[in-house]
Amino acid sequence: MTDRSTPILQVENLQQHFPMGHGYTVKAVNGVSFEIYPGETYGLVGESGSGKTTIGRSIIRLYNPTGGRVRFLGQDISGKMSRGARAVLRKNMQMIFQDPMASLNPRKKVADIIGEGLDIQKRFSSRSEREEMIAAMLKKVGLSPEHAARYPHQFSGGQRQRVGIARALIMNPQLIIADECISALDVSIQAQVVNLMKDIQQETGCAYLFIAHDLSMVKYISDRIGVLHLGYLVESGTKEEIFSNPIHPYTRSLLSAIPRPNPEIEKHRRSVQYDYASSGIRYDQGTPQHVGGTHRVLGTREEVERWREK
Amino acid sequence: MSEEMKTILDIKDLDISFKTSAGTVHAIRGVNLNLCKGETVAIVGESGSGKSVTMKAAMGLLDSNAVINSGEILYTYTDESGQEQTADLLKMPKKQLRQQINGQRIAMVFQDPMTSLDPTMTIGKQIMEGMFLHKHMGKEEARKRALELLELVGIPDAEKRFRNYPHQLSGGMRQRVVIAIALSADPDILICDEPTTALDVTIQARILDLIMDIQKKMGLSVIYITHDLGVVAKVADYVDVMYAGKIVEVGNVNEIFFAPCHPYTWGLLSAMPDLDTDDERLFSIPGSPPNLLHEPKGDAFAARNQFALVIDEKAEPPMFQVSRTHWAATWLLHPDAPKVQPPPELEAMLARARKEAEKYL
Ligand SMILES: Nc1ncnc2c1ncn2[C@@H]1O[C@H](COP(=O)(O)OP(=O)(O)OP(=O)(O)O)[C@@H](O)[C@H]1O
Ligand SMILES: Nc1ncnc2c1ncn2[C@@H]1O[C@H](COP(=O)(O)OP(=O)(O)OP(=O)(O)O)[C@@H](O)[C@H]1O
Ligand SMILES: [Mg+2]
Ligand SMILES: [Mg+2]
Repeated sequence: MTDRSTPILQVENLQQHFPMGHGYTVKAVNGVSFEIYPGETYGLVGESGSGKTTIGRSIIRLYNPTGGRVRFLGQDISGKMSRGARAVLRKNMQMIFQDPMASLNPRKKVADIIGEGLDIQKRFSSRSEREEMIAAMLKKVGLSPEHAARYPHQFSGGQRQRVGIARALIMNPQLIIADECISALDVSIQAQVVNLMKDIQQETGCAYLFIAHDLSMVKYISDRIGVLHLGYLVESGTKEEIFSNPIHPYTRSLLSAIPRPNPEIEKHRRSVQYDYASSGIRYDQGTPQHVGGTHRVLGTREEVERWREK
Repeated sequence: MSEEMKTILDIKDLDISFKTSAGTVHAIRGVNLNLCKGETVAIVGESGSGKSVTMKAAMGLLDSNAVINSGEILYTYTDESGQEQTADLLKMPKKQLRQQINGQRIAMVFQDPMTSLDPTMTIGKQIMEGMFLHKHMGKEEARKRALELLELVGIPDAEKRFRNYPHQLSGGMRQRVVIAIALSADPDILICDEPTTALDVTIQARILDLIMDIQKKMGLSVIYITHDLGVVAKVADYVDVMYAGKIVEVGNVNEIFFAPCHPYTWGLLSAMPDLDTDDERLFSIPGSPPNLLHEPKGDAFAARNQFALVIDEKAEPPMFQVSRTHWAATWLLHPDAPKVQPPPELEAMLARARKEAEKYL
């Protein structure tokens, strides 16, 4: 069994800036730190465009981080990677991408998309074993083995998303970055996939970085949660700490906007507005303030004290 | 009929198959759907049940392996000379559909934003393109309107973002660009296929409010396809529930959320997570979605329905009427069927929801 007291992933002060020319730089991620332990699910939530996908892509090295350090299974994977580090990364980390259409090769049959990782790492001893593994995985995500011969564009949005999930899960990695991986599924199939992810986690002790905007689901599946706004981690803690005692004004505004599946309530709802520009808050002036347990809030001492009083 | 009750889009008995190497997939099996002017209809249902294909048919954008077996999609509009016209979109020549209807009178926001954006063109150009083409706007005017739309959908630094390519935007920003493009046409009908899957709840609320605002001002009619029942609760007048290529229940939004009749709808509502869910396992409807490569016999939901009757194995249920606006296709509504209540946990949840709603009624 893996040692649960040493983080599997440590992200320290991660920075990812994109120079766009004309003297304009998109500061997507600005000094974000968190760690994930084996067997744990870390939920990442935040505004659209706040840097969630970028953090995932920087960790798995689709981008070269412009600052900070990322350690995974004891290896530094943020700078120039050694061959060993590269191998550890390839073998033990997978990402389920937010945009399934753009991430699945349109000219490949679904069986070969799901089997690609298996092929590269030679994870089977015969063709029939490979086929069985793929068929079993298709069934687990609510598709049928008969779907194996189809191309990605011949699926519905949610079916395609499940192909992306199957492709990642079949590799049994130790860390899965799941970027909005259930957003195209109806609530019943969502439940099926989330149950599957939890089962696999119990079986293999893998960890998830779970990026999603459905806060009920994030609360259900996560152990700890980080709230991102404009590339800053403005609040983090256990799910209880975040949901029962949100402190940062962005977190509060986010939680107040969770829609309720009740037409009468929805027609009359008022949510708490939050506008960074007029808030007087400067994220770059704040530091993470410890407010108890594992609960941390970004701000100056005075700010955080003021927010806690409200 | 009063002005606001006028049907603008009427889908009748739509039936579509796909030819695949494994055989014929009977994806749409007799869909009927009605949209009135100024109203909002939400289509919910199982992943793969045919929601997107139905709407793509109306846009003349079906894949090349699709076969339309039967049906019509009647669109009623006022032409340039002020005459009211009704046209069957399935019979209209593709060229006319492209030049006069799509993206102008009927605009669609597709489920996968990347598929409707050109990766090699800046988003500014893509938003302005339609305005040049259809509205014959000048460059400055189009640019001004495009920037305005980007601000409206909540994209900060719109001036700078104008020069970005789609891959330089976040998933939710791309989704909002596609919404901006659809709105730039001032359409009669807006079809939104999962328009907010990549948006956090605050920006989602802002986009939905924006569309509702335009609806009030311009009488826009909207179809939402969405899995997010919170969104449905907020925007919908009517809800269509789809399962295995058919609409199995339709009603006004309160009827569907407070008094659903179809066992599939019961299952769907039971699977809805909320902030208090902490069970070891989430409820999901038992069994797997039907594979429409094999024609279902009787009621397609029977195998997964704990209340299935003997007749469900033999014959497909027709739509039974529950109220003036509420219909469901289940034999449980037949006068001779045993009286069945929704599962107790769901019944308790519905009662809670009705009670919470009372405060506002
Ligand atoms: N390749 C890139 N080049 C330039 N800018 C980029 C690139 N990738 C992302 N960005 C920018 O970085 C910021 C963060 O984007 P990111 O995709 O990480 O957001 P997100 O939190 O995942 O949002 P969403 O919830 O909408 O998916 C955005 O401003 C985006 O435009
Ligand atoms: N080109 C195609 N060839 C074969 N089957 C197809 C094709 N396009 C769609 N289908 C099938 O038709 C059915 C309906 O697809 P559709 O995209 O309408 O589903 P949906 O209700 O929108 O689902 P989702 O919520 O997952 O987006 C699915 O089972 C899908 O696999
Ligand atoms: Mg993203
Ligand atoms: Mg769809």
